[in-house]
This record gives sequence, C-alpha cells and structure tokens, in this order.
Amino acid sequence: MTGFPTHLLSMDDLDADAIGEVLRVTDSFAEVGRRANPKVPALRGRTVATLFFEDSTRTRMSFETAAKRMSADVLSFSAGSSSVKKGESLRDTIETIQAIGMDAVIIRHSSSGVPARVAEWVDHCAVVNAGDGWHQHPTQALLDLYTVRQSLGGGQVGTDRFAGLRVAIVGDIRHSRVARSQITAYAALGAEVTLVAPATLLPPALDGWPIASVSHDLDSVLATTDVISLLRLQAERGSGAYVPTMREYSAGYSLTARRALQLPAEAIILHPGPMVRGVEIASEVAELPSARITDQVGNGVAVRMAVLFLLLGHGSLDGAAA
Amino acid sequence: MSAPVQLVITGGTVMDATGERRADVRVVDGEIVEVAEGIQVPASATVLEAGGCVVAPGLVDLHTHLREPGREEAETVETGTRAAALGGFTAVVAMPNTDPPLDSAESVRNVYALAEGAMAQVAVAGAITVGRAGERLAPMAELAALGVRLFTDDGDGVQSAGLMRRALQYATGLGVVLAQHCEDRSLADGGTMHEGAWSSRLGLPGMPSEAEEVMVARDIALARATGGRVHFLHLSTAGSVDLVRRARADGVRVTAEVAPHHFTLTDGCASGYDPVFKVNPPLRPQVDVDAVKAALVDGTADAIATDHAPHAPELKDLPFDQAPPGMLGLQTAFALAVTELDLPLARILALLSWQPAAIAGLDPAGGGAQGGLVAAGSAANLCVVDPTATWTVDPTALASRSRNTPYAGRTLTGRVRHTVSAGEPVVIDAEAQR
Repeated sequence: MTGFPTHLLSMDDLDADAIGEVLRVTDSFAEVGRRANPKVPALRGRTVATLFFEDSTRTRMSFETAAKRMSADVLSFSAGSSSVKKGESLRDTIETIQAIGMDAVIIRHSSSGVPARVAEWVDHCAVVNAGDGWHQHPTQALLDLYTVRQSLGGGQVGTDRFAGLRVAIVGDIRHSRVARSQITAYAALGAEVTLVAPATLLPPALDGWPIASVSHDLDSVLATTDVISLLRLQAERGSGAYVPTMREYSAGYSLTARRALQLPAEAIILHPGPMVRGVEIASEVAELPSARITDQVGNGVAVRMAVLFLLLGHGSLDGAAA
Repeated sequence: MSAPVQLVITGGTVMDATGERRADVRVVDGEIVEVAEGIQVPASATVLEAGGCVVAPGLVDLHTHLREPGREEAETVETGTRAAALGGFTAVVAMPNTDPPLDSAESVRNVYALAEGAMAQVAVAGAITVGRAGERLAPMAELAALGVRLFTDDGDGVQSAGLMRRALQYATGLGVVLAQHCEDRSLADGGTMHEGAWSSRLGLPGMPSEAEEVMVARDIALARATGGRVHFLHLSTAGSVDLVRRARADGVRVTAEVAPHHFTLTDGCASGYDPVFKVNPPLRPQVDVDAVKAALVDGTADAIATDHAPHAPELKDLPFDQAPPGMLGLQTAFALAVTELDLPLARILALLSWQPAAIAGLDPAGGGAQGGLVAAGSAANLCVVDPTATWTVDPTALASRSRNTPYAGRTLTGRVRHTVSAGEPVVIDAEAQR
C-alpha cells in the first residue's frame, strides 16, 4: 500500500498500481456487504465527516453507509442545516470541523477546486472529493472501473484486462466531473477512450488529454465500443443553451434500443445516475442485462469502503475485513 | 512650516526622458532647484543617500483601485497611496468602480478631498456611463472641468458599440481619453480564468481570448472613425497586441498598457485553485505572456500599469469561481519589470513614469507635475531606485490593507529606496515616513 496518497482529490492522484489496490480491497469489502451483519471494525474509533454543500442522495448515502459499515463515527454536515447558510465562510467551517477532530472529511461542492483548497487548510485529516463542480468525482470513476472489471469476470481479472478496452464516454463532457475522472481512470489502465458529444458539450481545449479520439457521431462508434458510459445532460447548470433542443440532442446522442443493438454483444452500458430516461438513455435500454447501472450503485459502497480504508486504515486487510 | 523644506539627494545617477548623468538633486519647497555634481548640502537639509541608485521622475500608475469609498476594509486612499509611495509611485489614477462609483462631480470631489495630504497624488478616472451600467453617458464635461482626463467603466467594458461610439465622439470635444476594459460579456460571462487547456482540465468556466480581442478590434474601428482617443487597459493576449500594433502603424490614436502579472504569470498558476491567482483579464498561457512582453519591448504598449486590486482575505478564501478577481500590484511593479523584462532601466522608467503620465495628462505638457524632467524648475516628484538590490515579497509586510499578492515568497531584483512626493520624502530607505 505504499504510494497511496494522503487525500483523494482527483483521479490524477492514483496511478495504475493504486487503482489496482483499490479494486482488490473493494473485493474484500464487497464480500462484507453480502454478509447478514455487514459490519467490520476496520475504522472503529475514527471519525469521518461528510460535508455536502450541494444536494446529493446516492453519493452521500453511499459514503455514510461505507463509513458506518467500517464502524467509523459519522458526522453529517450539509449546507442547508449548518451555519454555512448564516454566512460562515468555507474556511471557518473547515476550521470548526477540524477543531472538533476529524480523521477524514468527504466533500461535495458545486465549485471546482474546493476539496483541493480544503486539503491545504487541514492537518492530519484526509480529504475525499465526493464531486467538485465540473472538475472531478474520483470515487464514481473507481466504482465504474470496479463494475466493468466485475462484468469482465470478477476478482480474478487484473487491471491489465483494461488495456486496449474501447470506452466511449457520451454526452455533456464539458460540464461533467464524472467524465474528467473517468477519462483519467480508464487511460491510467490503458483503455482507449473516445469522447462522443456535440462540440459545444466538449471541454474547450483537449490538448494533452489522454484520449484516443473524439467523435460527433454516436452511430459510427457503437460497433467498436466495449464500454459505453452515458452522461447526464446537466440542464441545471445552464447546458440547455449548448444544444438547440433536448429532442435534437436525443436524436443524435441518446442510447436508444436501436442503437444498443449496434453494440457488440458483450458490451457494457454504464450511467452514473441520476438518469434522465428518454434523454441520454431509453428506458428499455436501462433495463437490459448489459446495463450495469444498479450494480454501479451497489458497488459504490464497497469502493468507498476501500478508499476510506486505504486512506485511514491501519493493519492488514485480512484483519479489517474479518 | 516657516523655514523652507530642503532636501538633497546625493551620489546617484539621474535618469529621465533626456538621458542619464551623475548628479545630486536639491529640492526646496516642492521644487527641484539644482541638479549638479557635488552639491554642497546646507546644514538644515535632509539628505537622501543615493549611491548606486538611480534618481528618476516618480512612477505614475494609470490603473489603481483605491477602493474608497465603499470597500474600506480592502483599501483606503491612505493605505493605497502609502503602498504607492513604497512602490516608487508619486501619482496614481484611481479607478471609478467604487461604491458609489465616480460618475458625478460630487463623487470625484469626495475622492479629491480624501486624497488631500496623501503620500502620492491621486488623479481620478471618471466613469464613462452612469453607475458604470453601460446605458447612458456620465456627465463627462462636468468631470473634465474638475480635471478628470481619463474615463473608464473599468471592471466592465462598455458593451454597446453604439454607446461607445457616442462616448468617443463626445470625448473629442473635451480632449479626454476613454480607457477601455476590453471584455465582451457575451463571450466572457461566467468565466473565471483563461479558457484553454488549464480551464478545461480544472473544470472552471473560461474567458476566451476572443472576449478581449473582439472589443479591442471594435474600439480600434471606433477610434479610427471618430478620431477619439482610446487607451486599452491591461492588454493580455497576443491577438490584442497584434491588433494594437497594426492600428498604431495605421496612425489610429490608441495607447495601451500591460499589467505586471500578465508578463510574469501564466494560467497554470491557477492549478491549485488559489483565488490569489484570479484576475480579470485572466492570466494567460505563455504565448500571450511572451506577446505582451514583446509589446513592451517594441513600443506597442506605452505603459506598465498595476491594476492594483485589493480584496479582503475572506473574499480570497472563497471558492475560485466565487472569489473576486484582482491582485495587489503597487509595491511589486517596479521590481517585476526589472526582474522579468529584458529592457534597459531607462525604458522601464519610461513605461512606468513619463509615458503613463502623458497618457493621463499628468505630465508638464498636460499641465501636471508628474513624469517631467529631473531639472531645476520641475516639481519634486521623484523616486530613487536601486536596480540591483534584491528583496523577497512578504504579503504581511505590504502597506496595503489587503494581502492578495500572487508573489508571496518570490525574490525580486530592483528596489525602491526613496520616494519624494511634492517635495516631501515620503519613503526613506524603503520605509514609509508616515
């Protein structure tokens, strides 16, 4: 476990070895989750705070469940209930939480870069990015990798199976922290990433990005795609104006039943949720066996247990998962 | 105040628009009375030792945000002019984006009153439009009658081409300059840094170079058509520099300034999301940094102007996209120019003193007392700089009420040793005297 970073702010913090370590540790914690009493003492006596400045259901529940399954004490702050609403500054909030004494803070914020800033302000406290602005959402990318690996054959599959895997990321990449984390994550393991979107929904400059290609034509990439990851069109972030109409967007970029048939038989369909059925993905496609969307949610808890364990845990994994 | 105040600057090299020579400088009651080698120091005179230093006209900043009235927690006229004096400036042009904005005779008189007895002369830039709202012209003639020579809605560009054309037409009758913050809002709106590889990677909304360039191009066309004088504030892109270079070659009456941060820092500085690196126009990639440096070297840009923009620490602790843009600049401008520009000192002084003084009408030709010759009969607005001394920037040691310098910990070459403002030694050996 040497080389695991102090904080998890971005997928850039993890190299291929560290990603492999997360996936292996996730296997152990996934097994814990299948037990009648899915609780281990791995983080007993540790305190973890979730600090969500932006609404989220699944990510927050997933992190808190992960921490509780490892017997950590969990404190939950949200912008709606804390003094943040009264005008307390972000820095004061962090210093208050630090003074209470935390081993880890899990942060979601609508502004890119907040977890990175917080990591500079805290001492002896791990910072986990649970999604910041358009920037990164590393645990989402890790659970995607875990879900893909599971679909490819489970725990026996090494990260080398990702080499040459053809991954298409489709949709609003410009405004997507999930996409930024996915691209780094898949590329770190040697997958070939293709971005599929109208030019207005791509980041303005892709110089230096570890991608194989960019396409504005979903139909032309389907037959050569092993993993297709669909992104939500982030209308609440003003994306509406980036495409003329939802209808036009769906006509070009929605994974319809007809398009799903163009995928290779063993292709995997992923969506980070929440899905807008009929816009990015047709309802019947979301129900296909090749769609692993529910698996993604389930794997999220085990992946986040692994991340918290690798950041905070002491002792052997065998002991921790016992 | 009975005995005449005498001052002798000894042992230095005098440098001004006419060249350089070894000479002492004697000042009596605010006026230079003698410039010669080996001046006998009268017993009552204050001596400013200038061995190894250059004695030059005081620096003139075309672009200072003093924040008073309205944002006194960030800066006041007193603290801002103290920072100016420590930076070698004997005059600053105060930007009108205060609260209330400087768009009326009353608000301009108020700033003049606040600046009475300040450590540097404060000239006021008036707003082009009422409330800087970009909708109707401010009473420019009333302000011009109070001595306002520069008008700008800085912080915002005048978005409407029609209104800008009218402002330029009106300005030609007043002999004043319109200074434009070039930013097309429909292109830049919501942007927090330069749009490019870094903004894409960091997931921050960007401001493309074109947001600046389309307005530079527009205003060149309007200046050409109206004969009005346009001064471009803080040019930051290679494209803007090219447009201005061509316009000047064509004889269009435009001038331009460059801010120190645009020739010293790149957009990659924002990689850690520290809002101390957030500024508007934003830091740009190296190709643009090289271009604005070239503009200073080849004369396309006429002035280095600080865009000194203090912000209270709690505002710079906000997330990057919410923090206000702006950086301190007055105390680091001279040293950054010496450290980073491949220019002889005389050219750096031209860019920081007599050229900006002329643009703002603060020079003797404009009826002012700034940026003139170091010669008998001139007003004693002087700086004494040591071009080889090094120092390290310590934000807590700056005179500004704010701490938002992006150069913390940086060691720079070139130090302001003494500043004489209206005959008073306001800075001696890098210490403010009040």
